[in-house]
This record gives sequence, structure tokens and C-alpha cells, in this order.
Amino acid sequence: MTSKTRDHKGRPVVAVTGLGLVTSLGVGKHASWAGLVAGRSGVKAITRFPTDGLKTTIAGTVDDMGVAPYAAHDLSARMAEAAAAEAIAEARIGRPSHFPGPLIVATPPSELEWPHLRRLHDAAGGEGHEGYRRMLANARTRTFDDLARHVRFAAIADRLQMAFGTEGEPLSICTACASGATTIQLGLEAIRRGDTEAALCVGTDATVHPEGLIRFSLLSALSTANDDPAKASKPFSKKRDGFVMAEGAGALVLESYDAARARGARILAVVRGCGEKADEHHRTRSRPDGAAVIGAIRKTLDDAGVAPHEIDYINAHGTSTPENDRMEYIALGAVLGDHLRRTPISSNKSMVGHTLIAAGSVEAVFSVLTIGSGILPPTINYDPDPDLPLDVVPDTSREAHVRTVLSNSFGFGGQNVCVVFSAEPA
Amino acid sequence: MAETSREVWITGIGLVSSLAEGADAHWQALAGETSPRPAIDATRFAPYTVHPLVPLDVAKQIPKTSDQRQMERWQRIGVYAAGLALSDAGLSGDQSLLDRVDLTIAAGNGERDLALDARILAALETSSMPEPVLNRELAAGLRPTLYLGQLSNLLAGNISIVHKATGSSRTFKGEEMAGISAVSDAVRRIAAGQGDIFLTGGALNAEREDLLLGCEITHTLAAGPYRSVWERGPQGGGLVPGSLGAFLVLEASDHALRRGAAPYARLSCVLSERAHRHRETSTAAAERLFDEIALRLEDGDLAVLSGASGVEPVTSEERDFLKGLERRGFNPRVRTWGSVLGHGIEAHAFAGLALAALAISKGAFYPPFGATEAGTDAPADRILVTCFGHWRGEGLALVEPTRESAE
Repeated sequence: MTSKTRDHKGRPVVAVTGLGLVTSLGVGKHASWAGLVAGRSGVKAITRFPTDGLKTTIAGTVDDMGVAPYAAHDLSARMAEAAAAEAIAEARIGRPSHFPGPLIVATPPSELEWPHLRRLHDAAGGEGHEGYRRMLANARTRTFDDLARHVRFAAIADRLQMAFGTEGEPLSICTACASGATTIQLGLEAIRRGDTEAALCVGTDATVHPEGLIRFSLLSALSTANDDPAKASKPFSKKRDGFVMAEGAGALVLESYDAARARGARILAVVRGCGEKADEHHRTRSRPDGAAVIGAIRKTLDDAGVAPHEIDYINAHGTSTPENDRMEYIALGAVLGDHLRRTPISSNKSMVGHTLIAAGSVEAVFSVLTIGSGILPPTINYDPDPDLPLDVVPDTSREAHVRTVLSNSFGFGGQNVCVVFSAEPA
Repeated sequence: MAETSREVWITGIGLVSSLAEGADAHWQALAGETSPRPAIDATRFAPYTVHPLVPLDVAKQIPKTSDQRQMERWQRIGVYAAGLALSDAGLSGDQSLLDRVDLTIAAGNGERDLALDARILAALETSSMPEPVLNRELAAGLRPTLYLGQLSNLLAGNISIVHKATGSSRTFKGEEMAGISAVSDAVRRIAAGQGDIFLTGGALNAEREDLLLGCEITHTLAAGPYRSVWERGPQGGGLVPGSLGAFLVLEASDHALRRGAAPYARLSCVLSERAHRHRETSTAAAERLFDEIALRLEDGDLAVLSGASGVEPVTSEERDFLKGLERRGFNPRVRTWGSVLGHGIEAHAFAGLALAALAISKGAFYPPFGATEAGTDAPADRILVTCFGHWRGEGLALVEPTRESAE
């Protein structure tokens, strides 16, 4: 390895040189960022399918990617492609159809959806059988090859690899709502090890379909404030009542800092460090004492070599569920102490909704844009919760000098990952 | 480049399959003079054959019924096998160590509620207003916990909850290659000092129709009466899924020495490649990988544990790769564990690595696992493990004795 620029632990410094984004606020990072700093909401009534009889009828869907008919795989893949293409174009890295490093992509579940199951079930040929026996008999006619992409777990990775010519075996990963952050962590570690000088890290999720919505609804995780969709997601607010499902994709090009400098790339930020800690308490709830979330933040700061008082801004996980926002407040207080009161913290989810698997990627892109622009995006729909005294940058964005950002991602299943980004070293 | 010269040791094995429960029981079932006989069930899912799991007393590893109820069977199999591996490595109950155990898990999706799906599909077929019916039936019929049984990362989540292994947790997807990715992540992090001790593994419940449906759509299931992996080609090839839970504890050699843990074997390297199968063969990709491994090996007899699935054309391409080893001066002795345990998809690679580690620790190799495999004995001083994805990806690993035990 030729990396000369080293971090506090003697490891190669890792830079961000490209960003790409698709959210419910728009296609592309400029459209999404403009909406975000304007305090606009991408949450709306669902029109993709009839919502009769559902408790929640709103979501931050992405409806303008030209994918019809909708399928989670197809829209997720299309958004991931768009975000990755934008990030690679900004980084000006590699050659056309050859990205000089591995692909690490966070993807939603690969599964047959109801239109697919119905096709398999209702086709002629399986008479005399019921349910899965019937679908299996029909599938044996080999006329359903077009459904294969929905059941192959690495199909999105495969499509991205073909499109961008990434190197080696791509990684498809899932750490639930921390997945996007995990792709950044895997890329960071690979560059630090010297396995590669660049990595393409992508998170994508487009799972607003009836079963996707109902699953979260049955876990009592979703807001039911359907009457005014733009006001439903209200992180850290007193009347917060659940998250709003949303779709999106985020992509980052990570590079060894020296390699990026050597080729004259523009450095957008530096990935200072990542940390993760698993929770053993419950499948959907954190330990009441916040130990795992606290552990994830502490490990992140330690990895980054950043003291709590050096954090200028926090891009919160901030889902707008009663449980998450309280836990995040407790954990941040435990690690940052008094500094938390002086540190602005906002939740992009108040506007773009919760992009689930993609959230860590989407919010990483917003975190880097925050550093680059010196503008803190707001938390909209804020009505203060006296139990969570925080500066959430209420309702309107704010100019600020931001050098160092902490981005939090916490997932069902107890997987917690945080990332620290900083401006380029002076 | 790794800056440390730490070896990666396998210090724990947890294995449950259609043949046995536990590492020693697998050695008993698979090693010895005569070829093991696979356990198959050709009737329950006819026309498909599966390898059904041996009966487990789940409570031995998952004592709380509340935990058991929140998992689907693939998770119970995995959590069970993970517990066996942690216990085998002497980690069970050592909370300060468990708190530093990092998880790298390979997983697909969980299981669907087949009866509910069937009921809803029947209702939708005759409905003039299918969409509202679907909403109503799902909202009334889905169990809230089912989604948690379906999420890929909840195998890892349940392992953290039940066994208190809580260092970090990453779940890799992508069928067979998910296993290679999970092992590779652990190995690279150990070598680079990014972690000391890992629990890595996966689980498959083969005995379910939703899994078979996914396999049928991708034309990967073997047809007709049971045959060993290498005998399926003339019938079009295909895999026979086998229920499997396979976990390993991977540990930095210095860490294992400090706590007095006895290793089975050293995992010398794990390599992967992804042939663009529309324009090159898996044979070529595997040969490139083997170039790197060959640098470490003297030619001669080479014990090989093959993860071939039976799916074509990749199984024939692996056969070409293995035959090509002869041209390089190696004399491969191939044992294909899928012929006796079935194909474990995400869990498959871990089973092969576990069997390799067992053989290294016993200093003996296995008898033929199928009719086409040569009966000659091979020294078990190094074992090449192959695991090619049935659709994408090629993985090779080398398992050897630890340097200390070799001296």
C-alpha cells in the first residue's frame, strides 16, 4: 500500500468522492437536497394500490422512475442504478462500465409479491392441487422464468455489477434499517485493509406494497396520521406516533484519500469512522438502558478518533416512533453529555420518511451534503417533547459551520451502526 | 494487505443436518470404511426429494418457549447450531467474551405462512374486488411476528438474543456466495486486526414448499429418483435441498492461545470470484483463484471437499476445474458433501468448512460420498474446499493444520 495519509490509528484515510440519491423528494441529489433544505415533505397518500381497510394509507413512495408495473425488485434496482450512476459520474472514477473496486449493496427482501403469487396460482395446469402444490405444479411448466429475479437474493447486486463493471464478488447485505450504514462500514474497512482503493456503497429499498405496509402496521410501528400526510412523520415530537414507510436509494463512492488526491478527485468528505454493536434485548426494541446504542456510538467515536465535543451536528436515526426517539436521546446523552444540548440534531425522515434498508445510505449522502453546504436540514412537524430537550433545527433549515457529523442507524433485530463524516482535512 | 500475520483458527463447530447433530456425530456418520448413506424423504414433497433434519430438542439451545415462538424453523435450526458452535468453542456463558463476538451470517428470506397464502389465493381467484380482499385478509391473517421470522437479519438478531453474542452483526445475502462472503469478511477482519473472534454460519429449512417454489422457478431442483451430485447431469442436473444448520467459531490464533482454546484447524485462505457466466465459465474463474492457492501448495495428493450442487452447467464446469488440477500436478480426491447432506444454499459453505476442519483435526479424510468418487485414501494434511454458486459466484478455501500442531 502506498497510502501516506493516515488516521489516528495509522490506517489509510478514506474519502467520499461521489454521491447519488433518489428519494420521495426527487430523483438526484440536487432535487432531493433542495426539497430537504426547503423543509418539504415527500410523504403522500398511497396511489400505487388501493388502501381500503388499511390503518396506514400514506408513504414516501418514489413514483417517477418509469417502473411499471411496480415490483419491489424492479424499482429498488432502478433507483440503485440511478443513484450509483450519479455517484460515479460525480467521482469521475474508472472507465465507462469499469468501476475500480467492489460493489457493496444493501437490498430489501427478495420475495414473490402478491401479483406474482396470483399469476403462479391462477395459471392453467395446476388443477387438482391447492395453494403451494398448485403453484409448484404450474411452475414446473417453466413459463415463469421472468419471476426468477424476484427470488434471487443477489439479483440487484448482479444487475449493478453488470451495469458498472465493479470488481470481484459483490456483497449483498442486510442489517435491517442499519443496512445502508453497514455498506459504508464494509467499504471503509476494505480500503483501510488495503484490499481495494475504492468501493461503491449503495443502499436501496422500494417495498411499499400491501404486505410490506401491513407487516409494519401489525408491529404498531407506523404512523396512522393519514389525514395530513406531510405532517405524519414528526421525529422527537410529543405526538409522534410511528414512522412513515418510504422508498429511496443512496450511493457513495469511497476511495483511499491518497488515491483520490493523486487522480485529482474532489474530496467531498472523509469517513472518519464506523462502529456497530448488537443488542440482545428484543427483536424490535432496544435495551431499556440503551447499552447497545450507546456502545455503537462509543465504538464509532473511538474508531473515528473523535471526542464527543467535536461532533458539530447529528443526522439522527429519528424514526418518529415513541421508542426509537426516546432511546436515541438517552443514548446520545449518555455519550455526549452536556455537549448534546449544544449540538443540533435533525431527522431527514421528517421529510423523506423512513427508507428502511436504504436509510443509512440516504442519510449518509445528506450528511455529506450538510458538510459541503454548511446548511443544516430541519426536522419538520416539530412540537417539542419536554422529555427530549434537543435542538432539532425545527421546521426551517439553518446555516452553520459543520466539520464533523455523526449519522445514526438502528435496525430491527438489534443491529446498530453509526458513521462519522468530517470535512476534508485542512 | 494485512499488517498482521495472525492465523485464522477454527475453534468451534456447530452442525445439525439430516444425518446427525454435533461435530463428533457427523464424524461418526461420515468417516470410516464405508460410504455414508444419505437420509432422504422422497414422498412428503413429491416429486421433489429433500434431506430432512434429524429431530432436535430445540429447548436444549433455545430454552425459552417465548423465543422459540418468535422464530420460524430456519431460525431455530440456525440458533441451535450457533449455540452448539459457541459451546464447542468454550464461549457459552462467558458474557465478557460473548460481548465481543462478532457475527457474520449468511441468510436468505424466512418462511411464509403457507396456509394463509393458500387461503388468500383461493379467495382472490374468485373475487371481483381482489385488492380490498387482499388488504383485509392480510391485515386479519398475518401474524405480527411472522415478518420478524422472515427478515434475513433476524437469524443474527435471534442469535444475539438467545446466546448473548453481541459484538457486531452483519448478514450477507446471495445464496451460496453469501456463505463465502460471510466467512471472507471474518477472515479478512481477523487478519487485519479488525476483530478477534467471530461466529459465522447459516441455516436452511429445506422442508418447505415456499423454498421449493423459488427453486422451481429458477429450474434448480433435481428431478427423478435420488442420485449423488455427479450422477445428475444426464437427467438435467439439479440440487436436492437439505435442512442444515452450520456454524463456525473463527478466531485469531493469538486470541485462541491466550484463552487456551484448542483449534480444529487453520483456515488459510478464502477466495471468491464472479465469472460473467454469459461469456466465461466458472472453470476459468476458479482456475484464476487456484493460481493464488497453488502458490502455497506442493503438488501431489490433494483432498478436496466439493460444494457442487448438481445444478448445470456449473457442476460440469466445476468437474472440469477439478480434473484440470491433474494437469497442475495435483491428484485430487474429491468428496462432495451435497451428496450426503443435500444442498444447504446459504449454509452450504459452512458445512464444507466444518467437515474439512473435522478431518484435519482427526488426521483422516472421508470415504467416497457417491458412486463416482474414487475410493483411494488421501492424506488429510490440507483440504481444498470448493463452493460455487448455483447461479453466480465461485468460492475456494484452503483448510490446513495449525502451524503449531504441524510442528
